[in-house]
Amino acid sequence: MEKRYETVIGLEVHVELATKTKIFCGCPAAFGGAPNSHTCPVCTGMPGTLPVLNKKVLEYAVAVGLAANCKIAEYCKFDRKNYFYPDNPQNYQISQLYLPICTDGGVEIETETGKKTIGIHEIHMEEDAGKLIHDEWEDCSLVDYNRSGVPLLEIVSQPDMRSAEEVIAYLEKLRMMIQYLGASDCKLQEGSMRADVNLSVREEGSEGYGTRTEMKNLNSFRAIARAIEAERERQIELLEAGGLVVQETRRWDDGKGESYAMRSKEDAKDYRYFPDPDLPPIVIGKAWLEEMKKAQPEFRPEKIKRYRKEYDIPDYDIEIITASKRMADLFEETVEQCGQPKKVSNWLMGETLRLLKEKGMEPEDIRFSPENLAKLIKMADEKKINSSVAKEVFEAIFDRDEDPEKYVEEKGLKTVNDEGALRKTVEKVIAENPKSVDDYCKGKEKAIGFLVGQTMKEMKGKADPGEINRLLRELLDGIKEQ
Amino acid sequence: MENRLNDEMIEHIGILAKLELSGEERERAKEDMGKMLGYIDKMGELDTSGIEPLSHASGMQNVFREDEATNGDMREDVLRNAPEEKDGMFLVPRTFEG
Amino acid sequence: MELLEWTALELSEKIKAGEIKAKDAALAALERIEAGEKRYHCYITVDAEGALRRAEEVQRRIDAGELSGPLAGVPVAVKDNICTEGLLTTCASRMLGNFIPAYSAEAVKRLEEAGAVVLGKTNMDEFAMGSTTETSAYGGTRNPWNIGRVPGGSSGGSAAAVAAGECFLALGSDTGGSIRQPSAFCGVVGIKPTYGTVSRYGLVAYGSSLDQIGPMGRNVSDCAAMLEAIASYDKKDSTSVDRKDTDFRAALVDDAKGIRIGIPKDYMGDGLDREVREAVVKAAQVLAGKGALVEEFDLGLAEYAIPAYYTIASAEASSNLERFDGVKYGYRAAEYEGLHSMYKKSRSEGFGSEVKRRIMLGSFVLSSGYYDAYYLKALKVKALIKRAFDAAFVKYDLILGPTAPTAAPALGESLADPLQMYLGDIYTVSANLAGLPGISLPCGKNSEGLPIGLQLMGDCFQEKKMIRAAYAYEKARGSFGRPKLSADTEVGDGSFGCGIDAKPEGGKKSGKTI
Repeated sequence: MEKRYETVIGLEVHVELATKTKIFCGCPAAFGGAPNSHTCPVCTGMPGTLPVLNKKVLEYAVAVGLAANCKIAEYCKFDRKNYFYPDNPQNYQISQLYLPICTDGGVEIETETGKKTIGIHEIHMEEDAGKLIHDEWEDCSLVDYNRSGVPLLEIVSQPDMRSAEEVIAYLEKLRMMIQYLGASDCKLQEGSMRADVNLSVREEGSEGYGTRTEMKNLNSFRAIARAIEAERERQIELLEAGGLVVQETRRWDDGKGESYAMRSKEDAKDYRYFPDPDLPPIVIGKAWLEEMKKAQPEFRPEKIKRYRKEYDIPDYDIEIITASKRMADLFEETVEQCGQPKKVSNWLMGETLRLLKEKGMEPEDIRFSPENLAKLIKMADEKKINSSVAKEVFEAIFDRDEDPEKYVEEKGLKTVNDEGALRKTVEKVIAENPKSVDDYCKGKEKAIGFLVGQTMKEMKGKADPGEINRLLRELLDGIKEQ
Repeated sequence: MENRLNDEMIEHIGILAKLELSGEERERAKEDMGKMLGYIDKMGELDTSGIEPLSHASGMQNVFREDEATNGDMREDVLRNAPEEKDGMFLVPRTFEG
Repeated sequence: MELLEWTALELSEKIKAGEIKAKDAALAALERIEAGEKRYHCYITVDAEGALRRAEEVQRRIDAGELSGPLAGVPVAVKDNICTEGLLTTCASRMLGNFIPAYSAEAVKRLEEAGAVVLGKTNMDEFAMGSTTETSAYGGTRNPWNIGRVPGGSSGGSAAAVAAGECFLALGSDTGGSIRQPSAFCGVVGIKPTYGTVSRYGLVAYGSSLDQIGPMGRNVSDCAAMLEAIASYDKKDSTSVDRKDTDFRAALVDDAKGIRIGIPKDYMGDGLDREVREAVVKAAQVLAGKGALVEEFDLGLAEYAIPAYYTIASAEASSNLERFDGVKYGYRAAEYEGLHSMYKKSRSEGFGSEVKRRIMLGSFVLSSGYYDAYYLKALKVKALIKRAFDAAFVKYDLILGPTAPTAAPALGESLADPLQMYLGDIYTVSANLAGLPGISLPCGKNSEGLPIGLQLMGDCFQEKKMIRAAYAYEKARGSFGRPKLSADTEVGDGSFGCGIDAKPEGGKKSGKTI
């Protein structure tokens, strides 16, 4: 009989923290910049230089730990992980092994098969490495240390996941939680969130674990799902053929849809961890921890409850808006300025989501300000612009955060509210389209649509369609009665 | 105790520490390290059960800096001692990866 | 020249009084260097041009009334593992033969702010690993009292330069005795401050939990003044302590009354040279004569200090020295095949054998399967040693003993048996393990005319008690004298291979090298 296998997956997730500066020096942590322009003697490992911990890194670590229901260590330390590689300027990475900042937590995920808790083994702080650029022409590599020393959190799960679906639900949960904290933007493509997948297979029903492999270089949810499927198949094939899975690190090639082992005899895996003597221990007393707990923001479940109470919008809208911290913030701040939660929600659920999808962006990428959206809503309310103009203006807001008032002014898109002028145009359209007028009078309601369109055309779009409709009916009904 | 430091172990340590010892150096290293370890083993005589390892003797704790940028562009300083440089980056032999 | 016979404090007084110019003091020291270096090789780099330029700057600041401190205009030397902006910093290693830092160590900045004039960088054991200054890639330093002897180490260049009048004061660094032991061998005074007192920023790390920069000078007063200048709270060093009591000159009081001094029996027993023991006992009697309460006691654990020390120092060194890989600075092998070969060749060719030995040992004690038995065990032994000192300092203000078991050994003698050399650190390493301050000062000469060092250790942050007792002893002892720069110390046939010709390759870039 054919054996049935179960996949056992644990994740090591690295998240780049959204601090202004690096973890151990005063260099900017921002992405980009000319090579090595965000570096100093400390983050390039110059002799005699020393690390000093960025307090914000610790605060973010505790915040994420609390959100993930972890125990926060009263006493923690940094350790050195020793290995040679050019992207690591000291040839040791400052990390935490023996006493990490957070341990024993878990987050709840929901998939089609129901709710489930994924255990979190630990969360620790560490420094990121620099970037290697391969120079094909000269067959060499070039090192840029701009990323060296950018703060990272490594979130290590328990081997509690059984499918790609669960893995992605877990990652989405982590991402939303961390975005809610403002601790990171968590973008897989840009590398501010990276997931290494530890995977093994075992016969269904068995208790022990199989030998696992670690998969790296997974840059999208799609790549993660594909890599999990491929690695599961690879391991099962190996076992079916009577072979053994080797514990190793593998690199996923998304182009080829396969992975290969990253092995070299020069990479003896023995990191010789020991407490970093340059960094004194961290002691988190009760009072400080309480303070940090109080500073925790409102997370999604509380937010959903509050929205139900405070805002008169459908549950469906609430679900979608609160799925992203950025959306929720935008929603609340816009409502604060112009009221009308349902209208604000409509803009977010309609045009905003449409444009995000069209441009392949995520809600966290939204750059426009609540001020401008609020202004737009007010202008539409006051009938200064009609709805089709409003959509055009919104695109400008979405793309460039334009001030809608200025934009409308400059482009001359303001609705003509001069009834006299509008009446004249309507009269002109009626005079020029006797056929449609006749149709309307004979009871063909649809004819009015054509006449509205013609009027709008004459007005170059700057009229309120409701007003046109009202005037048309007034005049046409007059004709009809004659 | 001496067999801890066989050729294989010295080779392994050499890979970890990125040191390549010539035959003669290797023999000398084995001998010196063997002697030194033999001496260090003296610590084993001491009962240290229940003793917390002391990594930081000074008793200092919670030393932080605020999250404020203090460094400007220091590229020139950082690159001035580079053995080989190209396009503002450190040039190294090609690293593994297809 | 008479000027060179003055102490640093005397010199500075005369400069501030307008009797002589800062530049004249620098010139006098540079002349002495010119004459002395042929014999002693105290310096790796001498920056004559820079020193004269700085002397003139300092003079202007003195004349403008901006500088009135005790080090204004004083020519000083800096150990070559302490970074100096724009000036070659080699750690006496081929690995850093061309390394010119873009930053100065905090201690150097403090010295310069105080108006001291840096003459150059002194010789040392490579990366501070050694007790003789013979492991320097640029040749050893000779002891000015007898050029057939080593100056001690690792700060041997600094100690010898002070002894030979090639500077008035020098910075050293002390990881396991590297300031105190060469001070003892060269008949000068050296202080290893409490861990955290002097910023380690810019000190090329050996054993980070043990390293401290400290002063070396001709007498206790000069050293107290230098320590006062360099002691500072530095936000760039997370282990730096914010101390308020760094007015060390206030402790220069000729009075030992009531100071409780303990002499560990373990420090006076087997392995201690008879003449050293006699000199130390005599010094203790002098202090008792000045009102100190002196008694012997059992400190315990002395024999475990060296095993713990070498385990911890080597482990930290193996990690600290990983950054020297031929990528960002320093030596890169000329020929290699691929990345790992570049690493291995650069490091194997760039490091000397003592450094490699300690890196190997350190990597081993941290490696999987041995961490608990060695490194972790050493941290526990360290905890016990710290406890023993805590207990001792309940009963005593100071602990007194020899700095080293013998006077300076002959050239070449120590390197033949590394283990024996390590054992020479037996009285000094505990202060580093426990973070304590220690001072070494001359307390006599042996029958061969070689200086003998007396060590006093205090509890953490108790430098002032230590300085007071040392000052009182020095007053009672009287002038210790200086080695003579006469024909009898002339190098014979040069067959010691003191290596004066060996020069760091980057020397050309940084100005003059001797």
